[in-house]
Amino acid sequence: MKPAQRLTLFLLLAPALIWLGLLIVLPHVEILILSLSERVGPRVYRFGLGNYLEFFTEPLYWRTFARTAIMSILVTALTLVLAFPIALYIARVAQGRVKAMLLLLCLLPFWVSELVRTLGWMILLRETGLISFLLQSTGLASQPVELLYNDGAVILGLVYGGLLFMIVPLANALESLEPSVVEAGYDLGGSRWTVLRRIVIPHAMPGIVAGSIIVFMLTVGNFATPVLLGGKNGLWFTEQIYAQFITRFNWPQGAAFGMLLLVLSSVIVWAGLRLSGQGLGTTLRQA
Amino acid sequence: MNRPPIAWKLYIAAFYLFLFAPLLVVAIFAFNASPFPSPPWRGWTLEWFIGNGSVFGKPGVLVDPIWLDSIGNSLKVAVPVALLAVLIGTVNAWVLERAEFPGKSVVAMMMLWPLVIPGVILGISILAFFSRVANGLEEALQTDLDPLRPGLPLVILGQLSFILTIATLIIAARLRKFDRALEEAAFDLGASRAHVLRTVTLPFLRPALIGAGLVALLMSFENFNTTLMLVGSEPPLPITMYGQMREGATPAINAVSLLLMLGVGGIASLFALTSKAQA
Repeated sequence: MKPAQRLTLFLLLAPALIWLGLLIVLPHVEILILSLSERVGPRVYRFGLGNYLEFFTEPLYWRTFARTAIMSILVTALTLVLAFPIALYIARVAQGRVKAMLLLLCLLPFWVSELVRTLGWMILLRETGLISFLLQSTGLASQPVELLYNDGAVILGLVYGGLLFMIVPLANALESLEPSVVEAGYDLGGSRWTVLRRIVIPHAMPGIVAGSIIVFMLTVGNFATPVLLGGKNGLWFTEQIYAQFITRFNWPQGAAFGMLLLVLSSVIVWAGLRLSGQGLGTTLRQA
Repeated sequence: MNRPPIAWKLYIAAFYLFLFAPLLVVAIFAFNASPFPSPPWRGWTLEWFIGNGSVFGKPGVLVDPIWLDSIGNSLKVAVPVALLAVLIGTVNAWVLERAEFPGKSVVAMMMLWPLVIPGVILGISILAFFSRVANGLEEALQTDLDPLRPGLPLVILGQLSFILTIATLIIAARLRKFDRALEEAAFDLGASRAHVLRTVTLPFLRPALIGAGLVALLMSFENFNTTLMLVGSEPPLPITMYGQMREGATPAINAVSLLLMLGVGGIASLFALTSKAQA
């Protein structure tokens, strides 16, 4: 390489290296180091695993962590089941303008801020809200019904927030399924269910994996939905990170929680890829 | 699968109702003449947009300094984020599509990373890292380095950390479709490198540059997770909305949400137009 070429390359690479170095790599090294420093006195720290031990000995912390993980898996599975018929319809049944319309209508709500969507659910679900009001005015309930501040509301809000990220990769994967293959399945005597299970679902696998991974990551890392729809029963792990960093000003503890959340999200993504035999590159491209 | 069963069609209809119900409710209750965004319906009003507070005790969105300041703060963040994202994203796209160097695949993969890191973690890691830098530098230089403390400049950096990935991907996708023969023809006709860039390559990239800018603007305006960790005393719009939602808000929050939806709709249709021009 000529020196002039080398200089050009360096200048072009510089912004990317500054971005990735200063905003991604070094900050993550920082929270790793921070998470490994124990407080031994006022403003005195030493190297140690104390913050991680604290996580395992305090039930509130690891229970919130386990709860976040399990509920996120549940939300991902529910989103997949709810989204599959929609994606199948958009990809295989709808034609021309109806198809474009249905896909656009799916996209629209997700351009709107997460907080606006959550506000809508709060107005619908709360004690003085629309559903409670309608139940009372139709005589189905004799007093106000509180539908907010429980696990059901949190799951509802999280599934709602994940739907689009499931429908788009699913529809993309189903789009490439040859109609003749499906017909062959029926001709060979397969029932609707057999064709779905043996032909359609295996073909959609890359989309299923991509969608599930994205929905899981978004759900685990969500903050506003569990806090606003769950209230003090929300108990989401990101809330613990926020509390340690901003409310209690215990940064080393918060950094340890952050590392744990990062590990959780990476492990589940990796396990999902391994179980389905997909690569990360192809998966991200699918999305 | 030519005739879908009726149950399937009913499910599709129910699904779209479910999708739009929360947004419709937010929009409609912005016009309710009541101090709370909840039923019963007490008639139509525009108080929550333009009222001065004489009717319900609290002013409408377009008069209330709390909301106006928040919108201003959001703009102070979103405009620099969008400009920087387009500028740096273009250079990054060039690196991805045109440059050849050892370790390129590593750089390309690292550029995707920010998308798989939860926003809360991006926020705390940048907060912690820049605090350490500020502590070190303030000691050495004996001056205050406020931009590295929580506040709008740090919010800009935090949002850029992942919006840059998206801008880079949008611009790189367009650059990949570019026919290099066009540039070569211009070189053969005696044009300089800068001239070719200005008259051939950049005009071709224009729809992607505008599209990336609009998406960056929108994502910055609506970002909550990363912003929450880095915000100082000047809250952008989503932070104010969050605070009001926790306390129990007046329908002014519905009014600001409706304005946001209209703005988003405008930007989204602009984006759809530019990507149609791209296709």
